[in-house]
Amino acid sequence: MIDIEKEAARIAEQGESAPRFARDPVNLPMINNWLEAIGDQHPGYTEVAPPAMVQVWTMAGLHGQRALDDPLGAMMKILDEAGYTSVVATNSDQTYHRYLKVGEHLSVTTSLEDVTGPKQTGLGEGWFVTTRSTWWVGDEAVAEMRFRVLKFKPAARSPEPASETPKAQAIRPSINRDTEYFWEGCRVGELRIQRCGGCGLLRHPPGPMCPECGATKPKYLVSDGRGVVYSYVVHHHPQVPGKQTPFVIALIELDEGVRMLGELDGEPSIGLPVEVVFTKVDDELTMPSWRPRADR
Amino acid sequence: MNAAIVGIGATDFSKDSGRSELQLAAEAVRAALADAGLEPSDVDGLVSFTMDTNTEIAVARELGIPELTFFSRVHYGGGAACATVQQAAMAIETGAARVVVCYRAFNERSGHRFGQVQTAAAANIDNSWSYPMGLGTPGAMVAMFARRYMHEYGATSEDFGRIAVIDRKHAATNPHAWFHGRPITLEDHQASRWIAEPLRLLDCCQESDGGVALVVTSAERARDLPHKPAHIKAATQGSSVDQFIMTSYYRDDLTGLPEMGVVARGLWEKSGIGPSDVDVAVLYDHFTPFVLVQLEELGFCGKGEARDFVASGALELDGALPLNPHGGQLGEAYLHGMNGIAEGVRQVRGTAVNQVANVEHVLVTAGTGVPTSGLVLAQSVEPVRP
Ligand SMILES: [Zn+2]
Repeated sequence: MIDIEKEAARIAEQGESAPRFARDPVNLPMINNWLEAIGDQHPGYTEVAPPAMVQVWTMAGLHGQRALDDPLGAMMKILDEAGYTSVVATNSDQTYHRYLKVGEHLSVTTSLEDVTGPKQTGLGEGWFVTTRSTWWVGDEAVAEMRFRVLKFKPAARSPEPASETPKAQAIRPSINRDTEYFWEGCRVGELRIQRCGGCGLLRHPPGPMCPECGATKPKYLVSDGRGVVYSYVVHHHPQVPGKQTPFVIALIELDEGVRMLGELDGEPSIGLPVEVVFTKVDDELTMPSWRPRADR
Repeated sequence: MNAAIVGIGATDFSKDSGRSELQLAAEAVRAALADAGLEPSDVDGLVSFTMDTNTEIAVARELGIPELTFFSRVHYGGGAACATVQQAAMAIETGAARVVVCYRAFNERSGHRFGQVQTAAAANIDNSWSYPMGLGTPGAMVAMFARRYMHEYGATSEDFGRIAVIDRKHAATNPHAWFHGRPITLEDHQASRWIAEPLRLLDCCQESDGGVALVVTSAERARDLPHKPAHIKAATQGSSVDQFIMTSYYRDDLTGLPEMGVVARGLWEKSGIGPSDVDVAVLYDHFTPFVLVQLEELGFCGKGEARDFVASGALELDGALPLNPHGGQLGEAYLHGMNGIAEGVRQVRGTAVNQVANVEHVLVTAGTGVPTSGLVLAQSVEPVRP
């Protein structure tokens, strides 16, 4: 039996990996290829690189191999051995300290920040692995990234439903490229709130263009999943597919400031502190709902 | 605006019409044209709701209307009602058409019932934040607003119930109303079952089969027609910040209907009159709480004060602001607000069954909780502010 937490502590103790150098210096041909692939027509990238390219410079290439002291590789290997064989990336938060100039030669170091689990997620039981990478030019840190993956045991072919939901009849959301991140988050046990990549505006329900700054690069943050009941309805009639009446639908004001609708399992009142619960409907759909907070 | 409603027509209002929606539309339009003293061949414009299943060309075929130069539809359910008249008036003013008929017809009780959960509606991305969570009926969506309104202003279920009592009182003396002869008391309201707390059955309007049509033409032409015209003194639509259909829950405040505030500003500005000049108010009443909120948005009372305004008796036929003399949608019929416009015309003509004395101005509003619209109808054709 592998003690995952002990192994994680061992890897974390090793601290920062040795600097791994980029194959090439920051260069214009690669910048142009990247801009073309992403569809970015900003004319300003002739002497500096788009900040979001930072990870590109130190990618290992098609036949690259992980360095032996790479903490993410080491942790993945341990989780593989423990039976958590599938992986899905859940978060990538990058911070840029300055623009990178053509000709600068980057290196990257990585440390293991956190391993938590086992967690029951919509995908199956798994562990969240968080690493922190720092990019360097000489001894100047120019960018950082917090990267999180879920390593999980794929659920059995006919998973037990997490609750008694008559799931076959439940109304399903329609999902498009603007809203996919939210439902994907629910599947891995994360309540995601859209955050504008331009000005940082938090927004729910989400949309493709920020009404504050016009940016069309929405990102998201993972909510703490806590809030209070702002308003609620006790639904009696008519019958609602997939629900047993009466049931409560609440409008939750999250600690992060946005509001969100969801079913509430408990006695409702305005101001009631609540926390999110995820209920797996099937492999594609996990629904967020709410319950009164134990620590209220 | 240089336009007036010169004809009104309707089918019977029932729970099972026994005929197609197209037949209902055709009957209503024919009745409205007869009332206006016009022929189908005089019509060159048709306007309806996006939700109406009867296309303009189908209605034109049934009526024998040969040519159309203007046809248009308005979105957002019952929010379209007054906007159909605005479309017609704009078409008249610009010369796009000379006689425009607005119509709405459906078998909303015997056919497709809006109060049931429409599973297919979740295909809409906006609805994907409400329907899958179990919030899938208009009643429940209004209830979410109503609960917060009660919390903020101390309103009670009885305050909502008084609207139902007034509407049913007026319907009781209207032979065309489904609830003719069947008034209710506040106790009846309080004893009615929960639909979506805090809404009870008697807070929710009925479901109806039927059709209504309105004929609009220029003020000049109106002078030669048989009835006293109901001049369109102002008509406007309204949508507000972060607007959704029935679920605008993400605004700072949940106690108002800012889209109706937009309509109010537009109507008072364009008509040159204010709340105190309104002689009859026909306010959209699919659910009682939004009548209270409308009274506040339209400026008849302050925020949170509607319950006192209502309890004062102001909405009685002899009160300061007679409300829905035909009985509204709670009492007469649910025709997506179009029967309310017809009542506004009758009040201006002086021919309503529950006629209010000396009516100069009638205010009519359309669906609430959705992008909406409103009208000021007037007896005289005095010039409108530039
Ligand atoms: Zn922004």
